[in-house]
Amino acid sequence: MQSTARAFTANARQALDDAKLQVALARFPEGFPVKRRLAVERLPEFEALRDDAKEIKDHVLAHLDYYLERFEAKVAERGGQVHWCSDAEEARTLLVKLCRDAGATTITKAKSMIGEEIGVNDCLEEAGFKPVETDLGEYIIQLRHEPPSHIIAPAVHLSKDQVAEAFRAAHKDLPDDRPLNEPQEMLDEARAVLRRAFLSSSVGITGANMLVAETGSIVLVTNEGNADLTQTIPPVQIVIASIEKIVPTLEDAATVLRVLARSATGQDLSVYTTFTTGPRRSGDLDGPQHFHVILLDNGRTRMLGGEFREMLRCIRCGACINHCPVYGAIGGHAYGWVYSGPMGAVLIPNLIGVDEAKDLPNASTLCGRCEEVCPMRIPLPRLLRKLRDQQFEAGQVPPLFRYGLRWWARLARWPALYRLATGAGVATLGRLGRRKGRFRKMPFAGGWTNARDLPAPQGRTFQQWWSAEKGVRQ
Amino acid sequence: MISGRERTLSAIRDALGRGALGPDEKAKLERRLRYPRANVVPARGQCDSREGLVATFIAEAERVNATVERLCSGDDIAPAVADFLRAHNLPQRVRVAGDAVFKDVRWSDAGGLEAEAGPAAADDSASVTGAYAGIAETGTLMLLSGPDSPTLLNFLPPNHIIVLPEGSVVGTYEDAWHRLRAEVGTGIAMPRVITWITGPSRTADIEQTLLLGAHGPRRLHVLLVDGATSAA
Ligand code: SF4
Repeated sequence: MQSTARAFTANARQALDDAKLQVALARFPEGFPVKRRLAVERLPEFEALRDDAKEIKDHVLAHLDYYLERFEAKVAERGGQVHWCSDAEEARTLLVKLCRDAGATTITKAKSMIGEEIGVNDCLEEAGFKPVETDLGEYIIQLRHEPPSHIIAPAVHLSKDQVAEAFRAAHKDLPDDRPLNEPQEMLDEARAVLRRAFLSSSVGITGANMLVAETGSIVLVTNEGNADLTQTIPPVQIVIASIEKIVPTLEDAATVLRVLARSATGQDLSVYTTFTTGPRRSGDLDGPQHFHVILLDNGRTRMLGGEFREMLRCIRCGACINHCPVYGAIGGHAYGWVYSGPMGAVLIPNLIGVDEAKDLPNASTLCGRCEEVCPMRIPLPRLLRKLRDQQFEAGQVPPLFRYGLRWWARLARWPALYRLATGAGVATLGRLGRRKGRFRKMPFAGGWTNARDLPAPQGRTFQQWWSAEKGVRQ
Repeated sequence: MISGRERTLSAIRDALGRGALGPDEKAKLERRLRYPRANVVPARGQCDSREGLVATFIAEAERVNATVERLCSGDDIAPAVADFLRAHNLPQRVRVAGDAVFKDVRWSDAGGLEAEAGPAAADDSASVTGAYAGIAETGTLMLLSGPDSPTLLNFLPPNHIIVLPEGSVVGTYEDAWHRLRAEVGTGIAMPRVITWITGPSRTADIEQTLLLGAHGPRRLHVLLVDGATSAA
């Protein structure tokens, strides 16, 4: 997908002014975060499970070559075929070839973030196929030609009126005067339309929540059941998975599943969790004749060898997004690419380049909620700070900001001087702001004061206050 | 030209700062795969008494909008299916799986109930399948694919009735894997599709409104049969 991450600031401003989006976002805090908390409270072992899940993934990453080879051997043993691709371009070319070989026209798809990363729909359309997203949210945004605004709730930014509008525009064969006011009516309509797509589809494309090295199985998790129809009805199944999706055993998969849905939607487990191994067997009455798995690197090995390896533990649950105040204010589209929230702010610069996403590492208040809820214990704030460091070192930080930081750093190394300077500054600001108690504008601090007021200091620094306080207490 | 495979594997090894693993290390990892060990297992699914397990299973399944009905014997399956269809105003016709649990069921004895085996058709309104296990910790049903149990039976019809012998209720996911390993195997004999079903299909994609029956069944009805042995 083409990125607009460069335009983050403008995107964010637009999002703040978008009344419909703000209504949708206002629904958010009572949704996923509350449900997650209730699910976690019901499972005393949750913290211990997080530790285990983290350990499993760290172990896999340290032995990734072994587990991938082992997975490949198991898939082959069961009659499936594994393909290895280094980047998006390679994967797209292969995908088109496999679809041509299958003589495809309609291609059904189950939501896949790696699919979004490499722009599967656009490339299939260009090649003359008709890709149809089957996850309800993903289907809606496909009709609207827009990217997902949330990794697990792709259409969360829309109102039901906007959904109805998209359906009326797309489903031209249905009567104009049909009622389409309630979500149930829209679901019924989508279910019927998509059922036809399923039954006429010749290739099913899915992602994978996990790949199991022990058995060569792919694990897919959905609430709707669309992934199961996608992978069972068409004669050809293509799975696209990034290489870090491996877990060693079925037991390890169970551990990750125990934290996945609880962190994502607050369910104990998603409705459907399916372990699929290879193509249709002799005697089977359904299932695909051909089973392909595309293992895609697309930047993962670069992250594996660098400072951001820990991000590869991510299981795409969305908890960090659901708890992020910045996401809560601007939604997902402002981030400009397929991911959003704290995980997006770390992943996007890593996958498409820091240059393309300069503002994202700063699109965080570093409040720490994301790390608190991340089931895989990914230190998201620390990774964001690392990106900021990299930007500083690469000279991507504006000159005034750089000078400011440099002076502050010098000052901080000389405690006496630091006390003198901050004491004078705080006293002056305290005098100037005494009347109103706050500043609406401040030279060199427009970035801060444009959107909020700066409280005026009380006239003393923390250190001054602390020595006085200590005196009193002793 | 080097293949994508070699390129990826060597990029991984470069990133990890080492070459391919030696035989000793490989053997260690092989052992981890061959003798899978459980990680932390929640207490919720662990219970010494069968009655306790069954109670947890029912409570958890009902929490996720499944309905559960307890039957005294296999003879009650056909009448219970007929009652369910009647209660929901559905035609007295079901598509059934060929699981062993159904071999003595005389469908036609239950009024005018018609039962047909085979893969699901697009217009089937209800299916009846067996489950390999019920997992108490989350009220999950574990179904295996095979010549007698095509996968689409679980997904196409809007009403899904699952027959679960009480003896097949286990506590945790690990217990289910353990049973599968012991009875069926996870090697070449492992079924192509293992489906865990936890409640009827749902979506909250429109304004976060929860709706049942997105693509899969709108209703999931479990017939928990006492005295019956396992479906496998
Ligand atoms: S970073 Fe953590 S919380 Fe965020 S999506 Fe990934 S696993 Fe979930």
